[in-house]
Amino acid sequence: MIRFILIQNRAGKTRLAKWYMHFDDDEKQKLIEEVHAVVTVRDARHTNFVEFRNFKIVYRRYAGLYFCICVDIMDNNLYYLEAIHNFVEVLNEYFHNVCELDLVFNFYKVYTVVDEMFLAGEVRETSQTKVLKQLMTLTSLE
Amino acid sequence: MALRKVRNNLDRLFDKNLTDLIRGIRNNKENEAKYIAACMEEIKAELRQESSFVKANAVEKLAYLQMLGYDISWAAFNIIEVMASTRFNEKRIGYMAATQCFTTDNDALIMMTTNMIRKDLQSTNLYDVGTALSGLACFATPDLARDLVNDVVNLLSSSRVYVRKKAVLVLYKIFLKYPESLRPTFPRLKDKLEDPDPGVQSAAVNVICELARKNPRNYLFLEKMFFKLMNTSSNNWMLIKIIKLFGSLVPLEAKLGKKLLEPLTNLINSTSAMSLLYECINTVIAVLISISSEFPGDFTASIQLCVQKLGVLIEDSDQNLKYLGLLAMGRILQTHPKAVQAHKDIVLRCLDDKDESIRLRALDLLYGMVSRKNIMEIVKKLMEHVDLAEGSFYRDELLAKIIEICSHNNYQYINNFEWYISVLVEMTKVEGSKHGVKIAEQIQDVTVRVQSIRHFSVSQMALLVENAHLLLSGNAAQRNNVSEVLLAAAWICGEYSEHVRDVVGVLESMLRIKMSLVPGALLSIYIQTITKLYSVLLTKHEKENDWDAVESLDNLILSKLPEFEYTDHLEAQERACNLIQILKFIEKQHASRTKMGDAFAMLFEGELNPVAAKAQKRVPVPEGLDLDAYIYEPEPDSELSESESEPDVSFPTMTAQSPIYDASEPSYPSPKQSKKSKKAEQASQYVSTEESRRQRQLDIDSNPYYVKSDKKAPTATKKTSNVNSRGGMNRSESLLTAAAELQSPLEIPGVIGLDRYLKQQSSTMSWKTAKSEREKSKKGKRKGKKKRTQSSSDEGGDPVVVHHVNRDDGEMPEGAISTDEENEGKNGRPGLSDEFKALDMDLDMPLRADETLFVPQPYHRPEEVDLYTLPTSRPAQAVPTVQNGEKKVKKLKKKAKQPAEKPKKKTKPAVEKTEKPRKRIKSEKSVELNYTSISSTGKPSKEAAANAAELIVAEPATTSANGAVSHVSRLQSLGQNGDLSVFGKVDAVITSGPDETTEVKGVALIKFKNRGNDVLRRLELSVYETDRITLDTSAGVIDSTSIKLPFELTPKSINEHTLHLKFAAVDQSQKLKVTLMYCVEKADGIATEDQINFNLTIPAIRFLVYATIGATSYAFILANDDLACASEKAASTQPLKAVIDEITGASNFSVVEFHDSAVSLYAHSATDAPVCVLVKKLDAETYGVSVKCSDSELAKSVSNDLKDLVEAHEEAQNGQLS
Repeated sequence: MIRFILIQNRAGKTRLAKWYMHFDDDEKQKLIEEVHAVVTVRDARHTNFVEFRNFKIVYRRYAGLYFCICVDIMDNNLYYLEAIHNFVEVLNEYFHNVCELDLVFNFYKVYTVVDEMFLAGEVRETSQTKVLKQLMTLTSLE
Repeated sequence: MALRKVRNNLDRLFDKNLTDLIRGIRNNKENEAKYIAACMEEIKAELRQESSFVKANAVEKLAYLQMLGYDISWAAFNIIEVMASTRFNEKRIGYMAATQCFTTDNDALIMMTTNMIRKDLQSTNLYDVGTALSGLACFATPDLARDLVNDVVNLLSSSRVYVRKKAVLVLYKIFLKYPESLRPTFPRLKDKLEDPDPGVQSAAVNVICELARKNPRNYLFLEKMFFKLMNTSSNNWMLIKIIKLFGSLVPLEAKLGKKLLEPLTNLINSTSAMSLLYECINTVIAVLISISSEFPGDFTASIQLCVQKLGVLIEDSDQNLKYLGLLAMGRILQTHPKAVQAHKDIVLRCLDDKDESIRLRALDLLYGMVSRKNIMEIVKKLMEHVDLAEGSFYRDELLAKIIEICSHNNYQYINNFEWYISVLVEMTKVEGSKHGVKIAEQIQDVTVRVQSIRHFSVSQMALLVENAHLLLSGNAAQRNNVSEVLLAAAWICGEYSEHVRDVVGVLESMLRIKMSLVPGALLSIYIQTITKLYSVLLTKHEKENDWDAVESLDNLILSKLPEFEYTDHLEAQERACNLIQILKFIEKQHASRTKMGDAFAMLFEGELNPVAAKAQKRVPVPEGLDLDAYIYEPEPDSELSESESEPDVSFPTMTAQSPIYDASEPSYPSPKQSKKSKKAEQASQYVSTEESRRQRQLDIDSNPYYVKSDKKAPTATKKTSNVNSRGGMNRSESLLTAAAELQSPLEIPGVIGLDRYLKQQSSTMSWKTAKSEREKSKKGKRKGKKKRTQSSSDEGGDPVVVHHVNRDDGEMPEGAISTDEENEGKNGRPGLSDEFKALDMDLDMPLRADETLFVPQPYHRPEEVDLYTLPTSRPAQAVPTVQNGEKKVKKLKKKAKQPAEKPKKKTKPAVEKTEKPRKRIKSEKSVELNYTSISSTGKPSKEAAANAAELIVAEPATTSANGAVSHVSRLQSLGQNGDLSVFGKVDAVITSGPDETTEVKGVALIKFKNRGNDVLRRLELSVYETDRITLDTSAGVIDSTSIKLPFELTPKSINEHTLHLKFAAVDQSQKLKVTLMYCVEKADGIATEDQINFNLTIPAIRFLVYATIGATSYAFILANDDLACASEKAASTQPLKAVIDEITGASNFSVVEFHDSAVSLYAHSATDAPVCVLVKKLDAETYGVSVKCSDSELAKSVSNDLKDLVEAHEEAQNGQLS
């Protein structure tokens, strides 16, 4: 299952942090820093997987942003790599050519997107059209 | 007043919203902290305002700050306030903040929210429910899980896919927090595997997969169901999870594995999605592992397939695939090493990869690639990497791997042990390695096991000991490693002293050791070795009657040894004292020319053999020995520090007179070892046995001579740094017999490192491989050394020597118990956290009586209370009551919308189903991603289409099996005339439309019975559609006014016809007028036309959906004053029980509470709104029926229906009686 989802930029600023496991606030900050340290040193010729504590991080870089998902060791790496890409495509569609600033100024929307696609540490919805439709309805409720 | 309002509005205008805050933070990069502090103050002020809008805005800003790492837990109460808001947008903000900052620490706060969350879960607004579920998944606590599990389970039967899906996933979280709920809930979850919606199925698979990974045994019985899903599903996301799930079941049931092989092989061959392929391979590997033990058979085809596919992955230019390929290959290696060897070259190439993680995975594979022939070549290559490695982690891994490969299966692959010793010596010199202990173990082990190597090994070790000061001149970390190796070296020199050439030299260099530089453990071994070497020299001199030499020997030792008495290591100190006393005694004897040598040498007689790793555990406990009992009562706090440092571990190498077992010791040296057994230790004075155990464990860990089980010795943390050996140079030069021309750091003349060893070999032998490699790998460091300074060439030159290797597992103590108990550890299933242990339960077993979900304690209603009067102690007054007005408006709006949407919906389900496969393929193409083919079907689309078609056919059946359908109602007489009588019944089916809207359909079954003696022909129904009931055209009927029945009625025969109906309004009882026209064909051939009119009535209670609820929640709903209420009185003399049975039998009501004279019932309306009913016996002949629900129309209809039902029941009963 997914332990947490992080979006960070290269400088290590958090753009999203969603926790599916209980951590203390201090622990969360520590994790964020550690993940940043582990992930940013890697470049394109490295794999998109890093072993991390008792888990592993599946991450993918899009422009200046790192999308990281921390999962159990036995999980299928490609499954989550795919999930990340799916997520980014939804964001791209939702914000119309998403850029980092979109995520910054609409951070609560990003959380909504995450909630639509992931729940309780599992991938909940994989159909982009369904998610987008749902998101549009939610936006119209505002 | 007005002024204040205006001012408030103005304030709001100037309030910072989230965008302002973010912008502000970005503009104040220099003094961010200050800026945020100011914002916090503003936010606090905003939270004090009354406007919920302002509060929500403030909370939203807090959520942002929380993400940046600021503490906002102080605002928890405000967050709850916002969560309770009735506006969805505000509620959403509240929940979002809550998911981010609620931890188990503010448990009390979360408890406060229980009722609020329950209210949201029961809300009619889809998105309220969704938000609450998402939130619950994040901040569920055991209490929250226990209190809300019922509500979540109820949502499983929601008519909305969106809600069902979420509820299923949230259940997993609830199981984790409240394991007791798993068994009662599991059947419901299991049902969801057959949910009509594939998304819900997939969610259920996810949850069960996650559960099964931790406790697979409990889910074996679902095997068939998963097989079915695997064969029918084309959703790769779900397939991956199912296959993963099988992967965790397979180790328990080899038969299952056999069945799986074929479908998995097919998938592997057909799929284009890498992620699915990878998962399949993984599971096949798991199958092969489990199968190979139970069904010996030929599975080479599967193995070949996997290996071949993995080979493709490894050779892929994509690093990710390469990595995963290596990872999976590693698993095959465990059972089928031969299959993997084909890819040796690729794997070796991966060792040069730029990515460390790939190199590490390749390393894991190496030992499968090693053979007797190529081990030297491979190790050579690894040693090169050791030199090149940046970063100590990788270097340490390399060293560990080299040792692992070489020592594999008791040195199975090693032909040439001299070479191996050289490798080990070489490794000692590697900077900052953490593997001193391992190297030392290996050197010792090899020397003990391989007799023929001892001479060579001892000569090398002697050189190491003689040059200890050089080796020890590095930094502290390096010193630690070297000390470990020296420890082994010294021990070997002592134990096999007959092979030491220059005994005096070794002895002297040991006596000269710089005590401040080395750990005490090493000193104590040194003393031991000194004793042994002394014994050798003594015997020699005495034999020659060379008394001068004897005296000078005594003097040498007695003059140097006292230094050892001052070491701060207690054991070394003690040994030194002992030895000095013995020597003094011997010296005295020597004064009278008495020979002591033989007697002294007796101490070290006997051969030392390898001891099995498990030997220590297997020593049987002698009868009557209680290991936990005190030898004598502990003294409080006495000399704890003293006793702590006293080693109570038995050292095989310690001098001792007799092998006395110390009763206080839980473990003994094995009998063999005890030939040099420890001296009898005095009983320990530990404060508690527990503590003594811990202490002992520490000692065991730190003592390399302790026969360890599989536990790894702790490695000290060390860092790399340069080694400077210049300091010790001068002294060494005088010492060295062999002249060294040029010294490079750590280069010891005579010590044969790997390079030199190989060089030597190549000069004597024609070793092609070794030679070519040497050429390649010459390091600058070694260039200067060309000259051979080898001492033991007499034996070292011949690599073809067949060494006799003692490859036994090792000796076992006498009387050791047989092998079975070792598996204890495995059964205990280590690594399973408590969280999951709690979920280990048998799900197939029927529920026990006490196993019910937690239902909040039902309140006791006082005997004489009016209907729906609630006890005053209502739970959680703080929770705001439902804003019903708003709800109603929404609902009305929805209703108004529904008919308009109808036409669109009608054809949709069928169309969507068939369209799906095509869509999926399209999405595969449109998404440009390496692995994105996950969303492709992986199956030919034709097959998928066939599946879809099958689903459509099966649809009515599955939906009706799913609990969304009402009870089967009874046939009622609708009317009759001379020719025929008509019976009928109508069942309502509530389904969710494609876009989360509710649709109510009905199936009317009409039976016609020919009463006369003539044939009835040309039967034709005409239905009078209203705006409330229409015929469902998707079922194929077009003209409602003329439905031709496809049958004739012969005399006395019965036939039936079904009508599919659609209902637009479901809040009241409905009537549908139907006319049946027919033609009576008399026996004489004359036909007359006739018709019969009848009404199909569909009472409102038919539209209710089955739902259950706890008494507290029930009370909570009733507490709402805005609910519409309707009451009726019904005349019936039947007992209450019978009446209720009748009601629950004929409708979907569930009983909430059953009292003597009143029963409360509950159900959901078609729109998921709660409907509450109280049936009360007013007197012997009357029942009161009260209905409360949000819709007054519905309330009236339901109460009327119930009244009719009760009265009809009464009549029927009376009729029967009379």
